[in-house]
Amino acid sequence: MSHVVVEGVSRTFPGKRGGEPTVALSPIDLTVERNDFVTILGPSGCGKSTLLRIVAGLDDPTTGQVMVAGREVVGPGPDRGMVFQSYTLFPWLTVADNIAFGLRRKGVPAAQQKEIVDFYLGKTGLTKFGKHLPKELSGGMQQRVAIARALANDPDILLLDEPFGALDNQTRGLMQELLLKIWEDDQKTVLFVTHDIEEAIFLASRCIVMTARPGRIKADVEIDLPRPRDYHLKTSAALLAFKERLTEDIRAEAIKAL
Amino acid sequence: MRPLTPVSRRARIVLGLSFFVLFVAVWSVATFGGFVRPIFLATPIRMIDEGWRLMTRFGFSYDIAITVWRVFGGFVMATVVAVPIGILMGAYKPIEAFFEPFVSFARYLPASAFIPLLILWAGIGEMQKLLVIFIGAVFQIILMVAVAVGSTRRDLVEAAYTLGTGDGGVVRHVLLPHAAPQIAEILRLVLGWAWTYVIVAELIGSSAGIGHMIVDSQALLNTGQIIFGIIVIGLIGLISDFAFKALNRSMFPWSLA
Repeated sequence: MSHVVVEGVSRTFPGKRGGEPTVALSPIDLTVERNDFVTILGPSGCGKSTLLRIVAGLDDPTTGQVMVAGREVVGPGPDRGMVFQSYTLFPWLTVADNIAFGLRRKGVPAAQQKEIVDFYLGKTGLTKFGKHLPKELSGGMQQRVAIARALANDPDILLLDEPFGALDNQTRGLMQELLLKIWEDDQKTVLFVTHDIEEAIFLASRCIVMTARPGRIKADVEIDLPRPRDYHLKTSAALLAFKERLTEDIRAEAIKAL
Repeated sequence: MRPLTPVSRRARIVLGLSFFVLFVAVWSVATFGGFVRPIFLATPIRMIDEGWRLMTRFGFSYDIAITVWRVFGGFVMATVVAVPIGILMGAYKPIEAFFEPFVSFARYLPASAFIPLLILWAGIGEMQKLLVIFIGAVFQIILMVAVAVGSTRRDLVEAAYTLGTGDGGVVRHVLLPHAAPQIAEILRLVLGWAWTYVIVAELIGSSAGIGHMIVDSQALLNTGQIIFGIIVIGLIGLISDFAFKALNRSMFPWSLA
């Protein structure tokens, strides 16, 4: 059984002040297998984030439905962890308490909480920062905590909405490698929204290219580059070939969206 | 001067104190210089002298204690009622729709206009004084707390939902901690207003308190005592404000820039 099944999902936002309604997504069908790493690539405003939010249960589709592990999505839940583009750490909690947030809600015993928190602090290279407040961290560190917080909850699916969009290029590269390493160790189904072509190829087993608004799936590309991957791959001919192809696709859509 | 450039701590203290010095200087020139007749404005020396007599011979510290107790009593009553309602209104839109129009209306009713009615209902005892402050503060706190809670960052709420938090959990673990520093600031602000209401309440039908002393002194044309009373109010306000600020700062270090 496929892990995530999106069936005829569309989303129309009602018009503001008597204006025309906005069709953000035209009906989309998409099937994601378990433990796949799927990137969703599209120009800004193409509805890719809307699609991700619908899978997360944070937004309702106008038509169609999303099935996760055979069950219809009716709202957000801990089985689908999410990392947002904006920094969404709880500013009143320390890094460690942020990571433990989901565990607390589930009532995991304190000793086990600490064990899990320490594990993910280590995994994201933040062991020394457990007692810091989010405002004391750089943007890249904050997003690492956000990833650790989502993973600590042990979700089946990790949803990432342009998580590295606000980071500088170097940090972004390191974060991509970190995320890949975590995924290779941990095996989760990942849906990763981005407008960065290189990022979409570098991370993915499969890249979905979306059209300009109203968003549709324009291409569904298998990225059969070898794993494990590191930054050397970014300059390899194989990746550049994918990049060339997707650049054409995205460019055409970006022009339409202008 | 360059806009928005910070000033050193030392310079800030010196500047802040120098205005007080200037204030007293202008006052001294006006009174000692004979520009204002003593019947309208006492000299600073006379004010201190009268203040000393008030404290040592007329038991003014008892009046101060009574006034402080009324302010805090009414303020605590208003807080206990208003903060939970404000939180519920901020969190749940139907509750907001239910209360908001009435509270917005009631907020503009001047607390002092209720004094005659409250004397009728509650007599001229302590309860009447407390109720004036209560009415003056409760609607303001409700509305401001509701706004503070309702303006919680949506992305934090969404993050909490994706971490498996339920609806009640979002209120407890996101809306409340997020709004807590703002609520504390609101209470600090309203406590300042409560000081205005208490004096108004004490001007009418009162047998003790700073406001009562001021009315008595007016009858005796003793401007020195009146000014001393006003300055005492200002000082207590300043002290409680400092204490509140320090408390907020130590409770919510994460909210400081």
